[in-house]
Amino acid sequence: MRVMVAKPGLDGHDRGAKVVAYLLKDAGMDVIYTGLHKSVDQIVEMAIQEDVDVIGLSVMTGGHLPIMEKLMQKLREKKVDDILVTVGGVISRPDVLKLKELGASAVFPGGTKFSEIITFFKEEAPKLCKAI
Amino acid sequence: MSGAMYKKEGDEIKEVILESGIKVKSLYTPEDLKNWDYEKDLGLPGEFPYTRGIHPEMYRSRSWTTRQYSGFGTPKETNERFKFLIANGQTGLNVAYDLPTQMGLDSDDPMAVGEVGRVGMAVDTLRDYEVAFEGIDLERIGSGLTINAVASIALAMYQAVAEKYGFSLSKISATPQNDILKEMVGRGMWIFPVGPSIKLIGDTIEYSSKVMPRTYPVSVCGYHIRESGANPVQEISYAFEIAIAYIDHVLERGLDIDNFVGRISFNLDIYGNLFEQICKFRAARRLWARTIKERYSAKDKRSLQFRMLAGGGGAGLTKQQPENNIVRGAYYALIATLSGTQTSALCSFDEAYTIPTPKSALISLMTFHILAEEMGLRDTIDPLAGSYYVEALTSEMEEKIREEMKRVEEIGGMAKAVADGYVQREVARQAYEQERAIEEGRLIKVGVNKFEVPEDEKDVELHEYDSRVLDEQVKRLKEVKAERSSSLVAKTLKDLEAATRAGKNVMPYLVEAVKAYATIGEMTAVLKDVYGEFKEPSIF
Repeated sequence: MRVMVAKPGLDGHDRGAKVVAYLLKDAGMDVIYTGLHKSVDQIVEMAIQEDVDVIGLSVMTGGHLPIMEKLMQKLREKKVDDILVTVGGVISRPDVLKLKELGASAVFPGGTKFSEIITFFKEEAPKLCKAI
Repeated sequence: MSGAMYKKEGDEIKEVILESGIKVKSLYTPEDLKNWDYEKDLGLPGEFPYTRGIHPEMYRSRSWTTRQYSGFGTPKETNERFKFLIANGQTGLNVAYDLPTQMGLDSDDPMAVGEVGRVGMAVDTLRDYEVAFEGIDLERIGSGLTINAVASIALAMYQAVAEKYGFSLSKISATPQNDILKEMVGRGMWIFPVGPSIKLIGDTIEYSSKVMPRTYPVSVCGYHIRESGANPVQEISYAFEIAIAYIDHVLERGLDIDNFVGRISFNLDIYGNLFEQICKFRAARRLWARTIKERYSAKDKRSLQFRMLAGGGGAGLTKQQPENNIVRGAYYALIATLSGTQTSALCSFDEAYTIPTPKSALISLMTFHILAEEMGLRDTIDPLAGSYYVEALTSEMEEKIREEMKRVEEIGGMAKAVADGYVQREVARQAYEQERAIEEGRLIKVGVNKFEVPEDEKDVELHEYDSRVLDEQVKRLKEVKAERSSSLVAKTLKDLEAATRAGKNVMPYLVEAVKAYATIGEMTAVLKDVYGEFKEPSIF
């Protein structure tokens, strides 16, 4: 499983992104970190170039809905249908549902347990990847 | 995070190890202070080495300043919030900017979409400052400007708005955060590479010492480094090494140490073990005085005085049972006042969800009033002094901070340690280890991995983002652009570019451009053109 942890937009709070990157790395995944201040276009380009299975968006400012919308639109434009998208950050419960409606395979709001993240990447994500 | 690691047998505590790696004994006695000297290590408040505080009468002569972080959407809303906080007894402002402003982008920049006015006030031109500071007595109320990469521009605007409203430049007091190295470690609001970024900070220090002498031109932030995962010892040692990098740069310009070092302040974090934090601040105050005296032979008393803002940190708060954060905040405020801080602020209880609502910001403010008015925290100076435990732990913390500082200096100082990613790697790794410890129950966080209760998220009132902010902001930007003299803007920007290329102090040129209503985006583009951009070192 190849995962790209991505920081879209101007948000510079990357503690969570880096912690999750370490977590996935320790769990045996191949992890790439985009670094800060990436546009959605740049993230999609990098994801295609690096041939990743999952894009893990990290958004701490509350701007996750428009960013997610834009990302999914860009993926459709590029005819990419084999990359899963997950979202982590400061996310309220109603927004978790909205993100899933927009196409997120999983959402990890602040306070999500490591075990839950690992379960998704080790058990659910491979199944979802196979299905598409 | 939680304060310490505990080894227990049943309910009996067998071992306590603080975050800083210090083992806490079950009892402290005069034996633990064998090498401790009253005169040398403690002394009187207001006197070297300032362990007990930097003023002789501390909170008797003047209470601590409370400075809640605030700033919303438009400058007009921000102005209203400022007036609300001042009316409720707040004595200093702490301005939050939105991310585009912090990144030197105008509100109509494509990268700004969705972020205009979201986490703070949007600023494009001087006009926005005119609205935000309207009706505020800038000679009486000091302002923290929470901005770093383009702090020079924010300070130039502050000067221009003060002049516009007729305040004396010798009386206004701004504290731009202006600490770019910590942005590269945590928080991430950097633009230019390490070298030019430090040069810009040098410009603001040199310029303000001459033009706005009551400015605190740099607030070195251990706070964000700790929020990013550093332990208390790393927080202080990295902050000190950052300050040293700025000081050494300014000294190269030929300024005298006593001319500026007393105006460098520190912004530090409070969460975790209560005694470890209090002793961290006491140790930092003493070690800073010793460092400035030993290294730089500073002579002025003020140069040796460690000025700090101690803020109750968001990293200590939990999303679970958010009301518990009100209690945590009260303890953080207690720590701040027992530590002899000059200024304090608290993250509000709902900050794990959103930026504070007026109600939660008011609770934070009242927490400090309760300490001052009901609990007697102003009554006597440094009441914990002389406690075997507190003095022994203060000394141990100082020693550990010294060791970590040495490590950074051995790899070539902070500028290099940040450019190479050494500090970022240390801090990120530590953050991961802490989260693991919580996950595995080795570090306890109430409501997270112990004493959890089922809860309903809907109980928290949230601050909603208003997308009309963008329209209003872009409209004002357009108006300003239509009204200003474009030839004057072009000329001031050209002068700015020439000065930047020539390596001159850019501040006077920024002030001119600001007064011509050049936008933050325009001025930043000029600097970026000359300086280039910071490349993040890979840490994985």
